[in-house]
Amino acid sequence: MWPRRHALRALGASLALPALTPAFAQFRVEIRGVGGTQIPIALGRFRDEDRQPQSISAVVRADLERSGVFKVVDAPAPADENGLPDYNTLRSRGADWVVGGSASRLADGRVDVRFRLWDVVKGADQGGQSEPTQPADLRLAAHHISDLVYQKVTGERGVFSTRIAYVTKGGGKYTLRIADADGAGIVPALIDNEPIISPAWSPDGSELAFVTFHDKKAKVVIRNVHTGASREVAAFRGSNSAPAFSPDGRTLAVTLSKDGGSHVFLMDRSGANVRRVTESTGIDTEARFSPDGASLYFVSDRGGGPQIYRQPVAGGGATRVTYNGAYNISPSISPDGKLLAYISRGDGFKLMVMNLATNEVASVSDTNDDESPSFAPNGRYIIYATKAGGRDVLMVTTTDGKFKSTLVESGLDIREPVWGPFGR
Amino acid sequence: MIKNSGKMLLALASVAVVAGCASPTKLDKPVEVEKKDVTSQTTTTTQPSGNTVASTDMSSKPVVPITLDRVIYFDFDSYAVKDEFRPIVEAHAKLLKGNSSAKEVAEGHTDERGGSEYNLALGQKRAEAVVQQMKVLGVGDSQLEAVSYGKERPAVDGHDEAAWAKNRRVELRSK
Repeated sequence: MWPRRHALRALGASLALPALTPAFAQFRVEIRGVGGTQIPIALGRFRDEDRQPQSISAVVRADLERSGVFKVVDAPAPADENGLPDYNTLRSRGADWVVGGSASRLADGRVDVRFRLWDVVKGADQGGQSEPTQPADLRLAAHHISDLVYQKVTGERGVFSTRIAYVTKGGGKYTLRIADADGAGIVPALIDNEPIISPAWSPDGSELAFVTFHDKKAKVVIRNVHTGASREVAAFRGSNSAPAFSPDGRTLAVTLSKDGGSHVFLMDRSGANVRRVTESTGIDTEARFSPDGASLYFVSDRGGGPQIYRQPVAGGGATRVTYNGAYNISPSISPDGKLLAYISRGDGFKLMVMNLATNEVASVSDTNDDESPSFAPNGRYIIYATKAGGRDVLMVTTTDGKFKSTLVESGLDIREPVWGPFGR
Repeated sequence: MIKNSGKMLLALASVAVVAGCASPTKLDKPVEVEKKDVTSQTTTTTQPSGNTVASTDMSSKPVVPITLDRVIYFDFDSYAVKDEFRPIVEAHAKLLKGNSSAKEVAEGHTDERGGSEYNLALGQKRAEAVVQQMKVLGVGDSQLEAVSYGKERPAVDGHDEAAWAKNRRVELRSK
């Protein structure tokens, strides 16, 4: 994943880094866990960032620490992207990489957010970027820097500029919210007196499908997150629920009870051309497309208790996927199609991750009320809802369970998280 | 973003600035933040879709007398209507058969344990069991709809068996 010199550098102690998200965030981010290997990186304050409404380096630092991949070490960084690193001092302080940058006001009112990354071990400039940014968008520009640093160092795309959607309940109101992946920048997309469940992103991140009980029964609605325009796509007799977009965004899988029982149907994203795809006499629900769009994973009680099955979208028999335990629900498939995250009932409700090639299953949570797992678009993290320390929280874990960060929103029930695609 | 990140990578690769070459224009090609995305997102605040909720709206013509019991409770993991609730089902069936324009909704609920979607399906199964009994008693198909709230609308708060038992239920209400 990254050069061997990093892999040899294990961080022995458990971390206790209170990385408070600044400014208007209502979330508090807490990090814990033992990072197996962490890459030491030095990060200076960006020149002139104190004159801007948002500190760039603080956001980048919090991103890198929350990733579990980096350890930010105390070592001198260049004054800005044009400086020269003091390689000897950086090496003596154990930094393998260093980032410097600036945030200068342009004549048109924008802020030119610049950074450069250096490889300290090689003593080499690794490139940089300049991003003229509206002052209100400085957090996003900072997340872009984090994404590029993550990608340059690990070879994989960062998810710092992605968003999550989730539902809160409090004061008798249900609110569908959208936030940055670090829990900042929370936007309430929809507020209702009736429950909202099962949000699902369209692959391009422009729409959210979800289940609303606004009309005293479960209906599936698709909402444009930019314009707020909503359209009902499934409002048949009985319950309409569990929406999931196909990878190409053209098809929606839903659970309908219009024919009696609960079964999985496909429809065009307009709501037209409804056809049933699962056949059982019991419950079939929570369908998810495989990343290649060819298969559906779904929950069925056809064998007794709920288990996860897989079935070709084109038709054909279903194959049972989960065998451990009597109650396995809420499948989420990693973007590379190799991992299945789901919730298993044992002593409690636990997040499990199955390697679909070997069928090995690992428990990756240390909580007992886990719900609604959802993979990050780079496949490295899973977000889920749970209770920790008596509070409702959203938890982000690496897929091996070794590193976790907690998003806490005080005083509210917080549920149904779903990680949005790359794309901002 | 895909296009954007391509630019960024190009920028990363192409920059090998010699120290002292500080001209901003020689650094990188500026990469625009996608303003449309961000600004439009921040204006996407809080318009509830469609009509606002009138949650106090009881049906305009109450078909079910207020004295008629309308809640049927279920055992854990069960969808069978127990004999003790048979009189409730029969009373509602009689009422609907006596008024072919009357309609009722059977609203299924579960306790709080488990996933929201699977519980929605379980509540639907309970509601359909009640509807099926009423159909057997002669109520017309068009007079009944089975729906579910799953675990979203508990009748009582609490996290013990006493609370759960009160929440595993089907409520009959006029439509």
